[in-house]
This record gives sequence, structure tokens and C-alpha cells, in this order.
Amino acid sequence: RERERARELMLPALSRVAVCGGTHGNELSGVYLVHERLKRRKKSQVMEPVAVVTVMSNPRAVQRCVRYTETDLNRCFTHAILSASEQTSYELVRSQELNSLLGPKGSAEAMDLICDLHNTTANMGLCLITYSDSDWICLHICKYLQMATIPVRYIHYDIPRSEAYSLDSVGKHGFAMEIGPQPHGLIRANIFMAMQEAVQLLLDWVRLFNSGAQFEGGSVDVYTLVKNIDYPRDPHTHTIIAAVHPDLQDRDFCLLHPGDPMFLSFSGETLRYKGKEPLYPFFINESAYYEKAVALSLARRRKLFIPKKVIQT
Amino acid sequence: MSSRVNASYFPQAERVAIFGGTHGNEMSGVTLVNMWIKNRAEIERSGVAVRAFITNPRAVEKCSRYIDTDLNRAFTPENLSTASGDGLPYEVQRAKEVNQIFGPKGSPDAYDVIFDLHNTTSNMGSTLILESSTDYFNLQMVHYIKKAIAPESCMVLLNEHPHLKYATTRSVAKHPVGLEVGPQPQGVLRSNIFESMRAIMKHALDFIELFNSGVEFPACSVEVFRVHERVDYPRDTNGNITAMVHPHLQDCDWEPLNPGDPMFQTFDGRTIPYEGASPVYPTFINEAAYYEKQQACITTRRETLAANAIRKISK
Repeated sequence: RERERARELMLPALSRVAVCGGTHGNELSGVYLVHERLKRRKKSQVMEPVAVVTVMSNPRAVQRCVRYTETDLNRCFTHAILSASEQTSYELVRSQELNSLLGPKGSAEAMDLICDLHNTTANMGLCLITYSDSDWICLHICKYLQMATIPVRYIHYDIPRSEAYSLDSVGKHGFAMEIGPQPHGLIRANIFMAMQEAVQLLLDWVRLFNSGAQFEGGSVDVYTLVKNIDYPRDPHTHTIIAAVHPDLQDRDFCLLHPGDPMFLSFSGETLRYKGKEPLYPFFINESAYYEKAVALSLARRRKLFIPKKVIQT
Repeated sequence: MSSRVNASYFPQAERVAIFGGTHGNEMSGVTLVNMWIKNRAEIERSGVAVRAFITNPRAVEKCSRYIDTDLNRAFTPENLSTASGDGLPYEVQRAKEVNQIFGPKGSPDAYDVIFDLHNTTSNMGSTLILESSTDYFNLQMVHYIKKAIAPESCMVLLNEHPHLKYATTRSVAKHPVGLEVGPQPQGVLRSNIFESMRAIMKHALDFIELFNSGVEFPACSVEVFRVHERVDYPRDTNGNITAMVHPHLQDCDWEPLNPGDPMFQTFDGRTIPYEGASPVYPTFINEAAYYEKQQACITTRRETLAANAIRKISK
């Protein structure tokens, strides 16, 4: 471990970065941030040291202020879907367009880094969500992004690249930047400002990195998804029969122990966490996940040591 | 000296309805009404038939506010009298059906009381919404509910504004009562919000049962917030929003807003102050469904209404 900490990482410059918003049309922080960036770009013609592409991912869903029009765009980026021919549904066609613009996924032409902006109704603060726990770029960005205004955490979905389904997986490096709590369909000033600050810090980091700055090693807490928990349902009708327990509601990232309350049934019964291992809950009561049968997700946490990093000259 | 000379008499409240799903993504009402349709025990009271009913089933199925048009604006005289046909928006057809079952609006056959259950993304807490300052039955009911839930609080919003009043689903009844509980995101069910709404409905039905049993409710006064003005977001010439509700105003429903206080914040951080002439009490601050209705908040004025004593007409 001593040797790992002393080790220096040499990585190539990130010359092409994409900031995407409106992948879900009712997650408004990203929609307005992208809208404002595109407006300012028109006005000022600023030459930036790194080429930043700003993209409104799902314009039709944004126009209607809905998550999606036919199918969830952020599940349409698997290799299978991207390579299928004759797609007709709006989001399936759009995912292929975005893959041409920002990819192709897996090729040398793909964006170096994709930051995809999202909101959640869960009380998660700011989270970078990605498929890797050894992507040193993403881990260093998370370390750099530690902000006073909002907690910043790193979530890891242990899914192989080939099965990764979200927009951020199109780039060589990428993550979803998820900020909550915010109801869908509205914009909260404090949440918008936090996202704006985070995107600015992200682009600052990229410029510093590209200009040869060194970043100290250190540690990052990584939350790795273990499982999802559905709502308790009536065995015959399948309708939900309990709500997230008031003791669990809004307590994302507070350790959940076996026996802790999880749900409160409509008949007043407390239903408890029956797992054997204490785990960290997140995405607690996200409105878009009711249809995906997820009341909350559970993660294991571990400390990851990241080496000092320099750019390859 | 008895107050009987100023008492108002009302007939027994024989038929009461509880509406959920007027907006299909406001989950407390959807969940409560579905629960009560399956098991009526909790809402049963002697002397009154209480019916739980989902008003917009297609919107509930889709978990969206509405299909074609907002059902809670659809109960206009024009809509209710228009001929049925395939070309009608879903909610207009639905309004006619609801009016037929629970109305007709304005007639002696209409339901006595209708409670319409709603959620809001605004930090309004529990709010009862009335449409008339002289409906003493309703005023006495909200007075009873407020006392019953103390020390928990419940605000009363009065929308009697000639232009801003709208044709609600509940307006079919002789005594319409809106129940709005927030903050809750659309499509989400929060346990505490659900239980608050459930408790208020319990007390509302208790009041009706007491009233029907012949209890006289003495004259009382009720503090209300009377709808004054709708305030839109600052917009550019294309109609796009150029500022957000200011962090100092966000979540401050029912608190006084004075001239000069911060109201909006532009995307580049500039503060836009409230420019009215006198202090107001804003509510429905940052309700997601109101962006398309050009409403960032509603301003209200505080007022104390007097209600006569009320008693059931004895047969």
C-alpha cells in the first residue's frame, strides 16, 4: 500500500469533454444549466482551453417536462441497443444519434469524459455515479469536488462496460452527476447553484490536469451497489401496501442495521430490514423508481486509496 | 344570552364523498382512496354515507397530473353542459360523469360535502382550501379540525377571487373542501404526509357525525389566508424562465413577504425583490404543476372570518 500511495499515475490529457443535461426531461437543474451554457456560448464565443460540448440529450422530453416520451433514454446505451438497426421509438433513435455525436462507445473517437446531469427526489446530496471503482480520473474528480455547500459521494455500479446502459458509459470516462433532493418538474435555486458550482469545479479540474498540474493522492469513500429493495406489495394485486418508514425517509447514506425500520404499512405495522449485513441506503424514495420496483438501493462502503496523478506529456 | 338568534341551520349531511386522484400523480389521495374503496371501515360514520372515489383513473394509471387537460379546472358551466362525443378531451368527459354521479352542480340533488385530496411540492404543510367566506358549515368544520389536530397546525386558504377562482372537481358539492398537503414530490408517497392527510380526514368525518347527531357548534372565528394575486416567474421574450424562486423565499409558505424582500434569483445570481406595495403571505411557492400555469407563487392576505353558530335542522 505504501508503494501504491507513492506511485504516480500518468494519464493522457482530456481534450474533449461533454456536459449533458435533460437526459430525463423533468430533471430541471441539468436542463437549465445546459440551456444557460448554450445561451452564453452564443453570446460570447469564448475559446476554452478544453473543448466542452454541451448537449440537451432528450429535447422532446424536455419540451414536455417528462422523464421520457416512450422509453427511458438513460437505459438505451447498451452495445446491443446502439448497434440494432431500424429503431423507430424516439429515445432509441436518439440514443444512436448521441452515440454518433459523443462516441461511438468503445472507440478511440469517443469523448474523453462525459458528465451527465441528473436530479433525484432522494436526499442524496451530490453523487458521481459510475461503473468503475478503478477509474482514477473519476476518483480524482470526486476528491477535488468536495464542496462546502453539499456533501459529495462516489457511487459504483459493478456492471461490466459491455452491459453499461447509461449515457455516461459512451465516453472513455464518464459519470452521472446526480443531485437531490429536488422534486421533478421544478427548479430549486440552492440545488441549481450547487450543480453549477460542481460543473465549474469539474471543468477547472480538467483544465488544471491538462495543463500539467499534479494532484495529491489520497482516499475516496466508494459506495458499491449491493442490491435494490422493492416496496412491500399485496401478493394478489401487486399494489404497494407500505411507505418508506419515517425513520428511514431522507436518511440516505446513514448506515442501516439489521432490524432497523424500513417501511410503515398502511395498517400501522413496522417492517424491518432483514439483511444480515449493515449497508448504506441511497435512492430512498425516488419517484421514477416506483415503476422500476425500487424503494431504495443498498451499498457497501469502502475506502479506496488513489495514487498521485500527473498528465502524460 | 343564547346565540341562537344568529345560528345558521343546515340539513343533515347525508351524502359525503372523498375524492383522490384528481391529479393522478398526487399520491397521498390516490393511496388513501384506493385503500378506503377496498376497506371502508375507517371512513364509516353513523348517519352519513361516505363514498371514496378516484376521479381521474386514467391519470392515476399513468401517474401523471392529467391526460388531456387539468380535471381540477374542468368543471365550468360550458364543459358541464357540452354534448358528449368522441372529440371531447378525456377530462371534460370525465367532469360530466362526475357531475352526473355527485351533482348536478348547483342543484338540490348534489352531494352535501366533497373532500378533494391533493399534494403539493410547496412547503404548505396541511392546508384546507375553501371557496366561500360565508359557508358557515365549512368554516365550522375547519375550525373543528384545527382544534382537533393542535398542536399540529393546519392553514386555511380562501379562494374567493373573482378571476383566480377556478372550477374545481369538488365544486360539484354544496360544501366543497380542498385538502392540500405538502411538501411531496409528484409520484412519491411520503409516510408522514400520508398520515397527516389521513388524520385530517378522520377529524373531518368526526365533525360531520357530530353535526348530524344534533350537536350545536357555537359561533367562532377562523383565521384564513385570502388569495390576492398570482405571481409568475420572470421570463424572456420567448417565454423562458429567467430566474428561480430565491433561496430566502423557497419553503417559506405562509411567512410574511415585505416590499423589497428577495423574491427571485437569476441564473447568474442577481436578486429580484418583491415589488408590491404592502406585505403579503405567499403560498404555493414553487409548485411544479404551476410552471405551465405561469405561477411561481400566490400571494394572500390574512383575514379573520366570523362564522355563525350552526346546527342541524331538526325534522
